Amino acid sequence: MANLLEVRDLRVSFGAHEAVRGLSFDIAAGETLALVGESGCGKSATALSLMRLVPSPGRVSGSLRFDGRELLELPPREVRAIRGRQISMIFQEPMTSLNPVLSIGAQIVETLRQHEQLSKRDAWKRAIELLDLVQVPEPQRRVFDYPHELSGGQRQRVMIAMAVACRPRLLIADEPTTALDVTIQAHILELLDLLRRELSMALLLITHDLGVVAEHADRVAVVLAGEKVEEAPVSKLFTQPQHPYTRGLLDASLNLADDLHYRGWKLPEIRHGVTDDGKPTFAVVPRAARTGQYVADPTPGFSALDDPAPLLSLHDLRVDYPQRHSNSVLRAVDGVSLHIARGETVGLVGESGCGKSTLSKAIVRLVPATSGEIRLRGTDLVSLRERELRPLRRHVQMVFQDPYASLNPRRTVAEILDTVLVVNGVADRNSRRQRIAGILDRVGLPSSALGRFPHEFSGGQRQRIGIARALVLEPALLICDEPVSALDVSIQAQILNLLVELKRDLGLAYLFISHDLSVVRYIADRVHVMQNGRIVESGHHREIWRHPQHPYTRTLLDAIPGRVFDAQAA
Amino acid sequence: MASESQDLISTAGEVPAAKSPWRRQLGGALFGARGASSVPAGGGAGRGVWYSLLRNPSALAGLVLLTAFLLLALFANRLFPGDPLDMVAAPFEWPGTDPQYWLGTDSLGRDVAAGIAHGTRVSLLIGASSAVIGLVIGTLVGAIGGFFGGIVDDLLVRVTELFQTVPSFLLVIVIVAIGRPSVSMIALAIGVASWPTVARIVRAEFRTLRNADFVLAARSQGFSNARIIFGEILPNALPPVIVTASVMVASAILIESSLSFLGMGDPNAVSWGSMIGAGRDALRTAWYLTAIPGVAIVLAVLALNLLGDGLNDALNPRLRQRI
Repeated sequence: MANLLEVRDLRVSFGAHEAVRGLSFDIAAGETLALVGESGCGKSATALSLMRLVPSPGRVSGSLRFDGRELLELPPREVRAIRGRQISMIFQEPMTSLNPVLSIGAQIVETLRQHEQLSKRDAWKRAIELLDLVQVPEPQRRVFDYPHELSGGQRQRVMIAMAVACRPRLLIADEPTTALDVTIQAHILELLDLLRRELSMALLLITHDLGVVAEHADRVAVVLAGEKVEEAPVSKLFTQPQHPYTRGLLDASLNLADDLHYRGWKLPEIRHGVTDDGKPTFAVVPRAARTGQYVADPTPGFSALDDPAPLLSLHDLRVDYPQRHSNSVLRAVDGVSLHIARGETVGLVGESGCGKSTLSKAIVRLVPATSGEIRLRGTDLVSLRERELRPLRRHVQMVFQDPYASLNPRRTVAEILDTVLVVNGVADRNSRRQRIAGILDRVGLPSSALGRFPHEFSGGQRQRIGIARALVLEPALLICDEPVSALDVSIQAQILNLLVELKRDLGLAYLFISHDLSVVRYIADRVHVMQNGRIVESGHHREIWRHPQHPYTRTLLDAIPGRVFDAQAA
Repeated sequence: MASESQDLISTAGEVPAAKSPWRRQLGGALFGARGASSVPAGGGAGRGVWYSLLRNPSALAGLVLLTAFLLLALFANRLFPGDPLDMVAAPFEWPGTDPQYWLGTDSLGRDVAAGIAHGTRVSLLIGASSAVIGLVIGTLVGAIGGFFGGIVDDLLVRVTELFQTVPSFLLVIVIVAIGRPSVSMIALAIGVASWPTVARIVRAEFRTLRNADFVLAARSQGFSNARIIFGEILPNALPPVIVTASVMVASAILIESSLSFLGMGDPNAVSWGSMIGAGRDALRTAWYLTAIPGVAIVLAVLALNLLGDGLNDALNPRLRQRI
C-alpha cells in the first residue's frame, strides 16, 4: 500500500529550543498511527507542522510528503485548500475550540461552504447528516444549539463532525479525549475508529495515554524529547517493547498494570534529566515490591465502621447550590455518609459533575453544607463558626488538582510555606524555619527551592510544593482532589510513590478523589463510587474491582482503556 | 536593574522568613512572571518587566522623558532660585533675546523658564498624589466588593456607578469650589473623582481570583480574610492597576491644567495650566507664552502614556516575548 504521508527528518524549533529533532514516520491510507509521548516531547508541534500551523517564532524543516506532494513547499493558497479538506485536525479542548456565538449547525455549514460549492440549503442538510454520523442524538433539533448547550462529549463530537465534513484523507486527533470522562472517552474513541473505517481515512492519534493506544491503533511510535525511540505494531509494542523508555512508560501506566496495590508495590518511575551538553536523558527506576509494614493487607472484611472513633465521619451530608435568578437549588451532594479511620486511604471515584469536588470542599467548609454532619474526631464542623473552626483547620488539609493554579504565582516557596505557619500561630522564626526545611526535604525538593517562585518549577515539582504546603501543618487527614490528573504518567508515578511514603512515615489518612479508576485502584484501601451526588457502591479495594455490584461501577470499569492487554498480560 | 532583582531572589533563599512582605510581593509583581504557565519553567525571573520595558523603544522614551521631568522638578529651586512669581525683567521678552531668561518673560516680566520648572513640581505633585488617593480608594472599594460579593458588592457597585455618572471634571470643580483652592485640595478632589476606574478593574480581578485554587488553599489553612485580600489576591491583581496608575497621573495633570486655566487653581503656585491661562490674553502678540507650557503638558502626558503602554505590554506575559 502506498504511503499517504511520509515524514522525513522533521525538525521544529522555537528559538534555541528544539521541540522536534529529526522525526520520521509513515502513515498508509486508512491506517491508524499513534504518536505517544509525555508533555513537551514535541508531539503537538509535529501535528501543527503537518497543518502548517506552527506559531510564528517556530521554524520547521525536513520533508513532509502528503500524497506525493511536499507540504512544506506549497504556497499558502494551496495549503489552505488542503487544510480541512484533505488533512483536518481535532484538538484536546472541546470547550474552547468551538465559537460560542454561533450555533453548531452554522459552524459546520461554514466549514462545508469553505471547501465545497454547496447551496445553503444543501449545506444545512449535510450538517444534519454529519451530526447524525457522529451520533449526536436528535440532529434536526440540535443543529440549532449553541456550544454551551452541549456537554463536553457532544462538543467533541461536533468538532469531529466539522473535521470529517469534507471527508479528509488524514485526520489528526491531538489528545482528543484527555479532557473527557472515562465513559465518554471510550465512546469518542470508538466513534473515531468507526469513522476511520467508514470514510477510509488515515488517523494520526496523538496521546500520552498508552491505554488509549492499545485498543485503537495499528502502529505506535513512541516519542521522547522530539525523537522517535521506538516504532512497532501495537501488539508487538505491548508484548515485546524494545526500548527501555517504552518499557518504563508501559510499566508506569497504571491502567495497564493489573492488581498493583500500594501495600505491595512501589510504582516504577521514569526520571527525566538533562546531560551536560543539553541532551535530555531519562532513567527508569523499576517497580519494586514493598517490604515491611505494608505487606500485610488488612482482611477484606476490615471496615472503618468497626473502629470506635473514626478520624472523620460524614453522616447524611447534603450540599445545595442556589441557582441564580430562580428559587430552585442544585443538589451537588445528596446524602453522603462515609468514615475515614486513622492512617487509612479512602478512594472516591466518579465522573465530572458527580459532586466529588464539592464534597471535598464541604469537608473543609469551603462551601457550606446544607444539612448533615461532618465529625472530625467527634466534633461536628457543620455548626461551628469560622472563628471556632480555624484552630481545627490544620487537622484536615487539601492538595489540589492543578499545580499551576494552586500556588500563588507572586510568592516564593519560602513565603508560601512560612505564611501558613505564621497564620497558624507558630510565632518562633527558628522553629518555622526548621519545619519548612524538614517538610521540603520530605517531599523531595532541594533547599534551593525556597527562594524561587512557583513558575520556575515543573508540574511535578509544583505538586510537591502543594503537598508540602498541606503537610507543613502536620495534618491527620489529607484530602487529595485529583492530585495527579494534570501530570504525566512518569510524574504521576513519582507523586503517588511520594504520597505512599508520606503516609507510611507520618501515619496520614487520605481521602483520595479521582476520576481515574486505575489510580484509585492502586492507592486506596477502601473505595466509594459516586454518581449524581450519591455514593452508589462502597467496598474493599479488591472486592470492588473483582465483583462490582452496581451497574454504574461496571460501566466505569469497562471504560478503562487498555483492558484488552490487561487480560492478555494476566 | 535586572541584576539587582536576581540578587534579591538568590539571597532570599537563605532567609525563609519574609522580611518586608510588601516589598517582596511588589518585587514578585514586577519580576515574577504573571500567569507564567505559558512560559517554560527555569528562566531567570530577573528578566522580568524591567527588561522588556527597556527593550521597548517607546516605553524607554517615556521613561527617559519622565525622568527628565522628575529631575527638573527636584532641582527647580537650585536652577531657578527665588519665587517664580517675582517680576524679574521687562515684559514680553521673546525667547532667545536675553540669555539669562532664555525662554523669555511674560506680560508681567516673570521668567517663563522658572515658571515651567516650578510648574513641573506642582503638576507632578498633583498628578502623583491624586493618583495615590484614587488608587487607595479604588483598590479598597474594588477589593472588598469583589472579594465578598453579595449585598456588599451590590452596594459598592452602586456607589461606584454614582461617581462614574457624574462628569469627573465637574466633580473636581465643585469640590475645589467648596474648599480652598490649594494644591492639596486639588489633588484630593482629582483623586476622589478618579477612583471608580480603579475600583472596577480591581473588582473584576478579585472576582476571578477569589475562586482560584491558591485562594481556596489559603482559606482551608485558616488565613483571615484581610490576609487573603492583601497578601494573596492583591499582588496578583496589581499589574493592570499599575498600568492604569500611569494613565491616571497623566489625566490628573490635564485636569489640574484645565482648572488652573479656568483660574480655579492654587493662586500661590505656578502651574502649567495657569501659565497658559495667563498667556491667553496675549495669544496673538506673544504666542510662545501659551505654546511653551502647552508643549510641557503634551510631553509629560505623552511620557506617561508611553510608559503606560509599555507597562501594559510588559506585564502581559502573552505579549512579553522571551528570547
